[in-house]
Amino acid sequence: MKLNEIFKRQSLFVPIIAIVLGLVLGALVMLAGGYDPILAYQSMLTKIFGSTFDIGEAIRTIVPLVMCGLAVAISFRAGMFNIGVDGQIIMGSLGALIVGTQFNLPPFLHGLVAILVGALFGGLWGALVGYLKATKGISEVVTSIMLNFIALYFSQFMINLFMLQKGTQRSEMIHDSASIQVSWLSNLAGGARIHWGFFIVILAVIFYQVYLNKTKWGYELRTVGLNPHAAKYAGMSVSRVLVRTMFISGVFGGLVGAFDVLGVFKYVAISSTTSGLGFDGIAVALLGGNTAIGVLLSGILIGALTYGSQGMSFGAGVPGEIIRMVIGFIIFFVAAPGIVKLLFRPFQKKTKKKV
Amino acid sequence: MNKADIALELKGITKRFPGIVANDSISFQLKRGEIHALLGENGAGKSTLMNIVFGLYQPEEGEIHVNGEKALIDSPNKAIELGIGMVHQHFKLVEPFTVTENIILGTEPKRGMQTDIKGASKKVKQLSEQYGFDIDPMATIDSISVGMQQRVEIIKTLYRGADILIFDEPTAVLTPQEIIELLEIMKRLVAEGKSIILITHKLKEIMEIADTCTIIRRGKVIESVTVADTNPQELAEKMVGKAVNFKTEKQPAKPKEVFLEAKDIVVVDRNGKNVLNHLSFSLHAGEIVGIAGVDGNGQTELIEAITGMQSVKSGDILLQGKSIVNHTPRSISESGISHIPQDRHKHGLVLDFSVSENTILQTYYHPEITNKRGFIDVKARNEMATRLVKEFDIRTPGIDTRVGSMSGGNQQKIIIAREIDKDPQVMIAAQPTRGLDVGAIEFVHKQLIAQRDQGKAVLLVSFELEEILNVADRILVLFDGQIVGDTTPDTTNEQELGLMMAGKYERGGTNEAK
Repeated sequence: MKLNEIFKRQSLFVPIIAIVLGLVLGALVMLAGGYDPILAYQSMLTKIFGSTFDIGEAIRTIVPLVMCGLAVAISFRAGMFNIGVDGQIIMGSLGALIVGTQFNLPPFLHGLVAILVGALFGGLWGALVGYLKATKGISEVVTSIMLNFIALYFSQFMINLFMLQKGTQRSEMIHDSASIQVSWLSNLAGGARIHWGFFIVILAVIFYQVYLNKTKWGYELRTVGLNPHAAKYAGMSVSRVLVRTMFISGVFGGLVGAFDVLGVFKYVAISSTTSGLGFDGIAVALLGGNTAIGVLLSGILIGALTYGSQGMSFGAGVPGEIIRMVIGFIIFFVAAPGIVKLLFRPFQKKTKKKV
Repeated sequence: MNKADIALELKGITKRFPGIVANDSISFQLKRGEIHALLGENGAGKSTLMNIVFGLYQPEEGEIHVNGEKALIDSPNKAIELGIGMVHQHFKLVEPFTVTENIILGTEPKRGMQTDIKGASKKVKQLSEQYGFDIDPMATIDSISVGMQQRVEIIKTLYRGADILIFDEPTAVLTPQEIIELLEIMKRLVAEGKSIILITHKLKEIMEIADTCTIIRRGKVIESVTVADTNPQELAEKMVGKAVNFKTEKQPAKPKEVFLEAKDIVVVDRNGKNVLNHLSFSLHAGEIVGIAGVDGNGQTELIEAITGMQSVKSGDILLQGKSIVNHTPRSISESGISHIPQDRHKHGLVLDFSVSENTILQTYYHPEITNKRGFIDVKARNEMATRLVKEFDIRTPGIDTRVGSMSGGNQQKIIIAREIDKDPQVMIAAQPTRGLDVGAIEFVHKQLIAQRDQGKAVLLVSFELEEILNVADRILVLFDGQIVGDTTPDTTNEQELGLMMAGKYERGGTNEAK
């Protein structure tokens, strides 16, 4: 389980150095391409903090990343690699869309039910992966990535059959009563699409922290993740822990899908690919060391970089892809901490001697 | 002394790890043609030192001289080049491969495009005859005994031209007969001019075979002594740093009613073979029953069958008259069986957890620890951990210390504390002293005897005959999934037990299947 070890590293040193190195390498690439990196980073910051609208929209980018980071992180803590968050997002969208378009409920209640159904769809989709792993021993990596495709085409099938907006490549709009946008805040933020997810994500981070570290289920989860043999010896039901954990992981993913449908787009577009957010979630979890606060911080960083990259192309003519490279560099250095440590070995020794 | 007579010399070797000095300016000399024992408790720094000699670690200070010349050993390949070979405690063999294939692995002799197996096996045969190994070069590893597998490891080092052989706890996995044969082989090796470093904490072997003994304690050389001039008592005291008591003190057992009874149980492995073959025995309150046997004769399955970690095909297991066969591990644990598992790292502990998190491993769901809403009461947990640390003298910087960073003896103490604290009727102790030093062994034995004296039933499974003879009140010998001997320490001896363990002799067993 080499992979697991990488994801368990919890030192602060490595991620911070990795971020700095990533930004520096990104700057070098820009220089090589004939761009001005200082101007680029400046316009990135302006883009993020330039107006209340931008701040609002930056947070809107951050919310799903943190949720996806939590989804990946919780499965890692139980010793599993959930690369099926994309599929769980799609199932969450589908659940929310069904409730949002097919039912008529009072405002607020409608949104709440739609979110819950979305979360449930995502959770069950995740639990299926856990169930297959626990009872049949099938690797969660294989099943979860396969279920991504199944979710994608199942969702298209359902939309095409029941909810298609005639003449377009997307579903009908959800009813207004199902919207979870917070309009007075949106108005304050110059129209940025602020929704309930902004608050739910904070609850999710707190839930993650408390569940993992304060409850008996979290204790079981961590035991299974660190030593499944000891878990069995202690009389824990390893299969139940795996299914339960994957359900929670799927709920996080499902919520992302529900937020997008109910709070941002109001419909689901028929797309030939998945969103890829689940894979960004792997990066967030990795950079955040699978802890609640780490995932929150790394989600904020990666979300801000992603949103700010739009400003870079605008203000400095730098293609936004550069930022994907920077994120790639950061993940690379986090995943290969040996390189970072090698570069900084002389400094490390000095500090150690002082202590 | 002539320089050429020294095969290996270490001068002031110092190796630090974060927080500890594993080797503190260690010096010693290995003379050509001698067996030099390296004696020390677990964690004394023997293995670190040998890993330095074998090129796996780099020392911070000090020099290594091989055959009188200063050498820089920065990799195992370099060590092999210098004629140093290591026989590891855990064999590094490819099971489906033949003896010859394993020996040449990594240094395959070529004939054109092909590997020259024939030539290699001829050479293996020749080495085998020269040193009296009596091994078939074409046999596959999984078809030969553990003792033979060890010989393959030895030939591997010789094949690569080793003159200095390091044996790391070589007798830990062998039967008494195999130990005698190994010691013969070692004598033969030195007679042929090889030099041997023997890492061990078994004093008997040192007295029998070693010429010189260097004692290491807490990373420092205490003394190098000529074995002929010393005795086991003196060696043990130097190793531990205080007087030790070899014979475990205990009153005669007063067995009462039957607590645990196995009736005709059968456990099958993946291939459908009976690993426990119609096995029956009973365990009384107030007695310690020792299960003797060579590893792999059904011990693991027996323990796992009783504790519910392995399913039983037929037969019954009764705890105080109630059947517990094929119940879940949790329900068996709740009904009063505690289990000190044989592999403490695999089953007994979560190494990345703290001391306090490990102390609640078996009881975390009890109302004292977890409230009705599922929250763990950290205060109650810490109080429990603090109490156990005090009661069982667990040496740790604090209850929040990561267990993986603690010594084997203290790790074992955590398990024993946790299992005794459950206040069980039956205690199953599997290899409870494996890898522990003299002081910790004494502690474990005292705890087991204390349990017995409180009227509990103790089942002790061990591969160490000395431990069984010392601690148990009754001895059952397990061979090939059956009990082939039922005796007491007073009426038997190591030779008789050894024969029974090898399946060559039976006495008083409950085996009726034949």
